[in-house]
Amino acid sequence: MDNPALFDRPFDPWPLVAAWERALPGGAGRHGASAVFTGTMRDFNEGDDVARMTLEHYPGMTENYLRRIMDEARERWPVQSCYIAHRVGEIRPGETIMLAAVWSAHRREAFEACRYLVEELKHRAPFWKKETLADGTARWVTRNTPG
Amino acid sequence: MITVRFFASLREQLGTAERRLPASDVHTVAEAWQQAAGGLPLPDNTLAAVNQEYADPDTPVREGDEVAFFPPVTGG
Repeated sequence: MDNPALFDRPFDPWPLVAAWERALPGGAGRHGASAVFTGTMRDFNEGDDVARMTLEHYPGMTENYLRRIMDEARERWPVQSCYIAHRVGEIRPGETIMLAAVWSAHRREAFEACRYLVEELKHRAPFWKKETLADGTARWVTRNTPG
Repeated sequence: MITVRFFASLREQLGTAERRLPASDVHTVAEAWQQAAGGLPLPDNTLAAVNQEYADPDTPVREGDEVAFFPPVTGG
């Protein structure tokens, strides 16, 4: 269980969060906190208008690293459950790029583990963004914005 | 054989996603780059993986391995 999800078309993160919460191991009443992060594609980057973006990944390695990052979060904090979903392929402004969610007994581990999932994903999971600007030029995104 | 894969801007720069090399010619990740990249120097910040695990230039490479090179990751 706790497999990451990669979507090659737009996805709504909120029904996923609700469905995952209904299916938590041990059932309702075991967690007192949930922390959810969603990342959404902006229509601007580095001062330019962005029309669309392509998200490339390394099939196999990407899923393995997402799984590993979730395993590490579970080792470091007493979390009940973790979930990561991420887009691949063509994406447009306003669409969800990623979802990270953590359920735990108390808020501290939920916040900290969720932050860990997001930061480790951004630094280790093999995804690459290529954006197409409003004027039609395309460029690879070469760095993450500071967290 | 060794399979060498390139992703993102490196794939575009090299004009190919994959090259196959005889294992006898390649003993490390750095040698895989030299053999597969057609003389292009390894760009700064390039990341490497062997069998889908992050690796270093001196990580050994063996028959049947998959070596990958790619720029810094920008997901999320």
